[in-house]
Amino acid sequence: MEFDWSIIGEAMPALFSGARLTILITIAGLVGGLLVGFLAGLMRAYGNAFLNAVAFAYVELIRGTPIVVQVMFIYFALPVLADIRVNPMTAAVTAIVVNAGAYIAEIVRGSFLSVHRGLKEAGLALGLPMWKVLVYIIGPVAFRRMIPPLGNQFIVSLKDTSLFIVIGVGELTRQGQEIMAANFRAVEIWSAVAILYLLMTGTLTLVLRVTEKRMRIL
Amino acid sequence: MSIVEFRNVTKTFGPVVVLREVDLNIDKGEVVVLIGPSGSGKSTLLRCINALEEINGGDLVVDNISVKAGRSQVRHIRQEAGMVFQQFNLFPQMTALDNVAFGPRRVRGVTRAEALEQAKALLAKVGLAERGHHYPSELSGGQQQRVAIARALAVKPKLMLFDEPTSALDPELRHEVLRVMQALAEEGMTMIVVTHEIAFARQVGTRLIFMEDGKISVDGNPAALLANPENPRLREFLQHVH
Repeated sequence: MEFDWSIIGEAMPALFSGARLTILITIAGLVGGLLVGFLAGLMRAYGNAFLNAVAFAYVELIRGTPIVVQVMFIYFALPVLADIRVNPMTAAVTAIVVNAGAYIAEIVRGSFLSVHRGLKEAGLALGLPMWKVLVYIIGPVAFRRMIPPLGNQFIVSLKDTSLFIVIGVGELTRQGQEIMAANFRAVEIWSAVAILYLLMTGTLTLVLRVTEKRMRIL
Repeated sequence: MSIVEFRNVTKTFGPVVVLREVDLNIDKGEVVVLIGPSGSGKSTLLRCINALEEINGGDLVVDNISVKAGRSQVRHIRQEAGMVFQQFNLFPQMTALDNVAFGPRRVRGVTRAEALEQAKALLAKVGLAERGHHYPSELSGGQQQRVAIARALAVKPKLMLFDEPTSALDPELRHEVLRVMQALAEEGMTMIVVTHEIAFARQVGTRLIFMEDGKISVDGNPAALLANPENPRLREFLQHVH
């Protein structure tokens, strides 16, 4: 077979708009996921029995089910169950928030708890309340340790957006699928799609590496 | 006037009784040296004073506040009782200066500029004026421990607690920490020191307490006790430490 470059050229505008949507869902999802993840992770690490149980149930529920099932549930089951009607884009972002949040919660919990307890005691011994110890002493040390596993999760979440093809969100994979269905040029289209994903994850890796270099891991 | 008052204090870790109905009064200006075999409860006794360990029975009053008086009162006690740890526990993401300035800024609400000014003076006092911009990982153990002493002093405590401050140090680095502690004692700081440094107890201590099995079994003048230890267990212990 012959690799036809013009096919890729023609497909580019649609693929770019798909990639834009992928980035949008990823960023919105991860911002929310970080908030949820920090909250749930700190509840697991430092909360009382009740908060701990709530966060534990959330993490187990999400980690124990596939993200495709989660987004289907949000998009198809929630309207029936609770009369909440959401558009595909909202369902996609929500799915990333909820899904990434659970994994980030474990990353946050692990990083905070990995910080030597002597630092906590040193902070408390100065007369600080616990929240200040977390914000000023343990948090900055834990944050540095979080960067590698968070990078992993960011990349996984970015790629997970491809699964939202099932609810018809016009992200990158969906765009590729639609063009493919029209011209049957599988090699060109899926190569182009793969390379666009690599460019996005590659950029993310680069950003993370620079961040990591600028901070001393403690 | 007593600044620390143990009243019948009991502390347990699960089924293990670590402190058994301890009574102890410590007055302002005393330099109390706590010695005893490992597991005798001396570190726990120290950590109860600033409520890093919660007592299970009796009462413990520090600077006229009970350790059982609630969170904000406990924070007040901790601000008045600086602590120095065996493992230094400096904040690794901050320079020596920022470590020392941290307490005044975050606890006392002093401005950054003013806190750094004080921190410089304190680092100079512990002989580290030149090391302010180094991170803990760039300092020797002895230097780290001196920064830790400066950090505790920065909050202007009335009382200093030392939990085996030289045990993690090489022999040749111990004396630089002990010298700083001696200077502090000579300024009149009230100090409670858990240590195995018998020479420090003799030269600097105003009071020696020997603990065994969660109880205070000897309490008296260091020079007299060390010259003539009547208690057979203390005598045996001193033979092992020397």
